[in-house]
Amino acid sequence: MYKLMGVTKDYPKGRQTVHALRGVDVEIPDGEWLAIQGPTGHGKSTLLQILGGLDRATAGNVFFDGRDLTKMRETEMTKMRATSIGFIFQTFNLIPTLSAQENVETALVPLGVSDRSRRARAAEALNSVGLGDRLKHLPGELSGGQQQRVAIARALVKEPKVLLADEPTGNLDEDTRDEIIGLLEKLWQEKGLSLIIVTHDSSVARRAQRLGTMRNGKLTVRQTV
Amino acid sequence: MFFTYLWRELRRRMRQAIFIAVGLALGIGLVITVTAASAGVKNAQASVLHSLYGVGTDITVTKAPAAGSNGGGFGFSFTQGIGTRTRPKAGTKIDNNTLSGGGTLASISSADVTSIAKLDNVAAAAGGLTLTDRTITGTVPAINFNNGGGGGGGGFNGGGGNSSGSGNPSSFRSAFNIGGFTVNGVDITNGELGPLSNGKVTAGRTFTSADESSDVALVDSSYATQNKLKVGSKVAIGNSKAVATNFTIIGIVSEPAGDDVANYYIPLGVAQTLANMKNDVNTIYVAATNGQDISSVASSISKAVPGSTVTDENSLASEVTGSISSAASLANNLGKWLAIAVLVAAFLLASLLTMSAVSRRVREFGTLKALGWKSRRVIGQVMGESIAIGVVGGLIGVALGFGGAALVGHFAHSLTATVGSTTGSATPGGARFFGGGTGGTGGTGGGGFGGGGFGGGGGTNPFRGGFTPARTAPTVAVPLHAPVTLEVIVVAVVLAILGGLIAGSFGGWRAARLRPAAALSKVA
Repeated sequence: MYKLMGVTKDYPKGRQTVHALRGVDVEIPDGEWLAIQGPTGHGKSTLLQILGGLDRATAGNVFFDGRDLTKMRETEMTKMRATSIGFIFQTFNLIPTLSAQENVETALVPLGVSDRSRRARAAEALNSVGLGDRLKHLPGELSGGQQQRVAIARALVKEPKVLLADEPTGNLDEDTRDEIIGLLEKLWQEKGLSLIIVTHDSSVARRAQRLGTMRNGKLTVRQTV
Repeated sequence: MFFTYLWRELRRRMRQAIFIAVGLALGIGLVITVTAASAGVKNAQASVLHSLYGVGTDITVTKAPAAGSNGGGFGFSFTQGIGTRTRPKAGTKIDNNTLSGGGTLASISSADVTSIAKLDNVAAAAGGLTLTDRTITGTVPAINFNNGGGGGGGGFNGGGGNSSGSGNPSSFRSAFNIGGFTVNGVDITNGELGPLSNGKVTAGRTFTSADESSDVALVDSSYATQNKLKVGSKVAIGNSKAVATNFTIIGIVSEPAGDDVANYYIPLGVAQTLANMKNDVNTIYVAATNGQDISSVASSISKAVPGSTVTDENSLASEVTGSISSAASLANNLGKWLAIAVLVAAFLLASLLTMSAVSRRVREFGTLKALGWKSRRVIGQVMGESIAIGVVGGLIGVALGFGGAALVGHFAHSLTATVGSTTGSATPGGARFFGGGTGGTGGTGGGGFGGGGFGGGGGTNPFRGGFTPARTAPTVAVPLHAPVTLEVIVVAVVLAILGGLIAGSFGGWRAARLRPAAALSKVA
C-alpha cells in the first residue's frame, strides 16, 4: 500500500524553518491498521497529510500503490483523494448547512455519481454506521459521536483503499470513543481496508496491529502486543 | 447538490447576503434612476427642440448678418413716408409701418432651398422668412436736437443705450406710439416642415394652395387673445417701403409651449414681396431621410451653402437653459458619477465580504478539497453564491430603480426650459427672440435717444433709432417623465451579475489558493 523512503518535510514558521519530518522510512501493507502516537508538534499530523496527498514532502519518496505521490500533479492528487483515500478529522469537519445524508454525498460528488445513486449510497453508508434514522438531520442536531459517525460514513461511502483518521476520538467522551473505535475496527475488518490512525489515546492505539511513534520528526514502528 | 449547497449556504449567511444584495441593489437602483432621469431629461429636451423646429424638421439653416450691419436695431428714415431727409418740423405727422428681416438673420437665396432639397439623405427642404413689422405713429414735437449724441445699444426692449446726448429724449419718445409684431412667411407647399408644422388651428382654417398670393394671415392664439383678434379681423402689415397692406385673418393657430411662436403667419411669396426679399428666405427647414443621417446632411449643407449656420438638435440643445439644462447637467455629470461611485463601492463591498466569507469557510473548503473536490468546483460554488446574491441584488435594484424613477417623476414633474435667451445668434431659437438685443454697430455720433432703449442705429440722422418688438425668450414648463426601458433593466441585471462575478472571482481566487493541508491545519 504505502512505502515511504527518506521523507522529510520542512516548512517556514516566521524566520525559522520547522523540520516536521526528518527522514521517515516506513512500509504499510494493504489492510493493515497502524496507529501513530507521539507528543504534540512532533510531526504526526504532517505525516498523515503527506500520506493522504493533502501536502507534499520536501524530500524523499511516498509510494502509494506503486505511484510516487511526490511526483504526481495536483489534479492527479485530487483524483487519488477522491477515489482511494478516506479522511476522518478530530473536529468532524461536516458542512453545517447540509444534512447528514448530504454531507455523505459530498464525498461522491467528485466521482460523478448520479443524484439518485448518490442518495442511495449515502443512506446505505449512514445505515452501516447506525444513523439510518438521522439522514435529514443537520450536524448541529446531532451529538459529537453521531457527527463522527457521519464523518466515518462520508469517508467510507466511496469505498477507499485507506482510511486516514486524525485524532478521531479526540473530541469524544470515553463511551463514545469506545463506540467509534469499535465501529472503525468492525468496518476495517469487514471492508479489508488499511486504517491509519493518529491518536494520543493509548487505549485506542493498543487496538491497532502496529504502533508507530513519532518523535522529533522520526518514526519508529513496532508490533503491538 | 450545487443548488442545495448554494441555497443552504446563502440561508446560513442570510444577513450578510442581504447586506451585499442591498449594496448592489442601491448601486443598480441608482444607475437605473439616473439613466431614467437622464432619458427623461433628454426626452424633455427633445420635446422642446422638436417644438422649436417643428415636427419633422431635423435641421435649420440660417445665416448671421454681416459684421457692422444694423443688428437688432431698426432704422427709419424720414425719406420714407414724408419724403425728406432733413430734420422734420415740429408738428409733422409720422405713420411708419415697415416689414423687414430685422437684421438678426441674413437672407439666403431661395435657390439654396432647392439645392439643399437635392442633397443626399434630404427628405425635404422648405424656406421661411422670419420678419419683423415695426410701426411708429405720432407727431414730431418741438425739441432742440442739436445736442444729440451718443446713444446706441439696446433694443427697444433692452436696458442698454447711452443717454449721453442732451435734448429732451423722453418727451420726444412719448410723442410717438411705437409697436411691432413678428411675421413668419410660411412655405404653404411644404406645410409639414417649418414653423406651422407643430401648430393646431383652433379657429378658422389653415393655408391652402389657393392662398399662395393672397393677403391672408394666421394669427397666434395668445397674440389673438391679447389683441382681441378673431377670424375675419383685418391686420395692417407693412412692407419695405413702410406702406401697410390689410390682411384678413383666416385662422387662429395654437403653438405648443416652448415653440418659436410668431404673431402672424403669412404665405411665403407674399412675405417675400412685402419685405422686398423676392427669391430670398432667411431660414431653411430641412428634414433628413432618417435620424442617423442628420450629421452627414448638416455637413453637406455647410458645404453647399457657405457661410450658413446649420443647426441640428445637438447644437440647439446648448441654447436651452433653465432647470432642464441644470437637470441634464445633474443627470449627466453628478448623477452618472454618483451612480458609478456607488456601484464601484457596492462591487468592492461585495468582493470584500465574499473574501471575508471565504476566509471564514477555510475549514469547509479544505475538507471539500480533502474529499477530492477540484478547485474549479469549489470556485464554482463560491461564484454561484455570489452570482445568486448579484441576481437578487439586481432584482431589488430594478425595483429600487423603478421607485427612484417614479420619485423623480413625482418630485421633478416639471422642468423649465428657456430657449434662445441670447441674441445675436443665427439659430432659430436665438434669432427669433428679440429680448435685450444689442443695437448693432452703427456709425458714430448718432443716437441721442439712449437710456430707455430707444437707442441703437447710428449714423448722422438723429432720428435713426433702434427698435425691436418686445419679446422675451419664453420659459416653458416641460413635463419630466423618467422612463425605465427594458434595455436599462437588462443592463442593470447584467451589472448586478457582473458585480456578483467580480465578488465571486475574488472569493474564488482565495478559495482556489487554499491548500487543503494548510486549510485544515489552520483550524486544527
